[in-house]
Amino acid sequence: MSLQSLVAETAVSIAERRAKRLGAGFYSGRQLMIIERSYKALRSSSWLVVLSGFVEPVFYLAAFGFGVGQLIHGMTDGNGHPVSYGAYIAPALLASSAMNGAIYDSTWNVFFKMHFAKLYEGMMSTSLGALDVALGEIGWALLRGLAYAIGFMAVMIPLGLVPSAWGLLSVAAAVLVAFGFASFGMAVTSFIKSFHGMNWINFVLLPMFLFSGTFYPLSVYPQWLQVIVQAMPLWQGVDLMRNLNFGTFNWHMLGEVAYFVVMIVLGLIFTTRRLTALFMR
Amino acid sequence: MIVAKALTKTYGDFKAVDAIDFKVKRGEAFGLLGPNGAGKSTTMRMIGATLQRSGGDLQILGKDPNTHGPEIRAHLGVVPQQDNLDRELKVWENLFIYGRYFGLSRKFLKAKVEELIGFVKLEDKRDVKVDALSGGMKRRLTIARGLVNEPEILMLDEPTTGLDPQARHVLWDRLFRLKEQGVTLVITTHYMDEAEQLCDRLIVMDKGKIMAEGSPAELIRDYSSREVVEVRFGSAKNAEVAPHLEGLGERIEVLPDRILIYAENGEQVLHQITTKGFEPLTSLVRRSSLEDVFLRLTGRTLVD
Repeated sequence: MSLQSLVAETAVSIAERRAKRLGAGFYSGRQLMIIERSYKALRSSSWLVVLSGFVEPVFYLAAFGFGVGQLIHGMTDGNGHPVSYGAYIAPALLASSAMNGAIYDSTWNVFFKMHFAKLYEGMMSTSLGALDVALGEIGWALLRGLAYAIGFMAVMIPLGLVPSAWGLLSVAAAVLVAFGFASFGMAVTSFIKSFHGMNWINFVLLPMFLFSGTFYPLSVYPQWLQVIVQAMPLWQGVDLMRNLNFGTFNWHMLGEVAYFVVMIVLGLIFTTRRLTALFMR
Repeated sequence: MIVAKALTKTYGDFKAVDAIDFKVKRGEAFGLLGPNGAGKSTTMRMIGATLQRSGGDLQILGKDPNTHGPEIRAHLGVVPQQDNLDRELKVWENLFIYGRYFGLSRKFLKAKVEELIGFVKLEDKRDVKVDALSGGMKRRLTIARGLVNEPEILMLDEPTTGLDPQARHVLWDRLFRLKEQGVTLVITTHYMDEAEQLCDRLIVMDKGKIMAEGSPAELIRDYSSREVVEVRFGSAKNAEVAPHLEGLGERIEVLPDRILIYAENGEQVLHQITTKGFEPLTSLVRRSSLEDVFLRLTGRTLVD
């Protein structure tokens, strides 16, 4: 066996080529290798588990959109036009499914990989940097969120729940929402040390899902509560997607896009710093 | 290859590694020997560029790990104390993906992975997941993984802890092969026999400091006698008998479970004990080992 091969591209030459760039200490540009790893792991795991996350919002749509929806009339879009209850809640459920997909991989799965599988420890003893790991894991979580959103979209369109062609832009919005939640979710998870702490994530997510204008307009709340709900990331996503779905535009939507961009950037910064502190100090 | 000068790592007031100096030369097997908590793993992580030093100087292949982390890690193969193999992946995928982390091409890795699977004799297990492997196989896979980037230095942290004797010998055999091929090995261990088998040169560490340095033979010559007599009189009687044995051999150590007498000629000492009228329950004459060196240097045994 020859250990020194004649291949020009050695691990060392690859690392040295990169060394002069800014941020070489924490970023090698190889986040796709982490995604490749996740893809390989997924192929040999159970698809049913993945599928279950997609089915959940579909059940909500069936129960509330067509069950409860029979009893509800008088819902309107952003311009005051009447819409069916199913079409009202569908974009909100779309935002939730993007969120759920992103959260699965960026919280519990990250927690397990970090503390039990010791996967990041292994990655960080190669020439990868902390930002590679953060981007790769967040990118994978984002892909799952996007996959759920596309799947949900494929249910919405034939049911006539996407009245405007602008509604197709919801898929782009789903990328943004999933990226935001994945990034923020991994950052939060990286600071949590116990299972007990992890349960707080679920404790926050469920009420956020129920009360972020998902099933009824915010106007039912008193003013002070409206302000609190509007500060929540899911409401930002719900409002963005609902407006896209009905093709009603307003300036708030730019703010909502900016909200997710900030979430993404902050999440990446804190995750990278935390991974560095945990595995490189 | 590795030069450490006054290398220090502190956590608050605690000095995990306290101003140690050492050099590792190309192609040698260098050992860090000491009990748990001696600072071996901390030293390994500083060399591995995954832990920033608090003070002193450290150069690996002429580079500073604090500022050239990724480049140094590309030079190294790391076999950690606790296996951190990817349990969601199959055996061959573990090697393949690890190579991808270094940025190596799929084409290169396809051939490399098969070569390494052959080297660590896991051909039969190529397509199973890691959980189906025994402890020894997992460790061999971890070593193969550490070789995927063709490192110049392979770092092994307690490579055979928790393995049965047969698995240990298989592993040692593979490590010898690597050494023959010119790979520099840096090994931590608290097993004396392992250090004696594998290491050309070693440092004995305790409480973050270096107690002694040299080849196993040199250390034994400098800090111990040629032979050792181990006698047991039963745990209650050892301390009682010990004063009567003073003057035999070069030195006596009284441990809770046995008495050690260091001498050039062990059989002769054993004979003297019986002529004095003492009948040990069990007796053993053996060659001095690094265990004895450690006992001499620290007054403690290695594995408590």
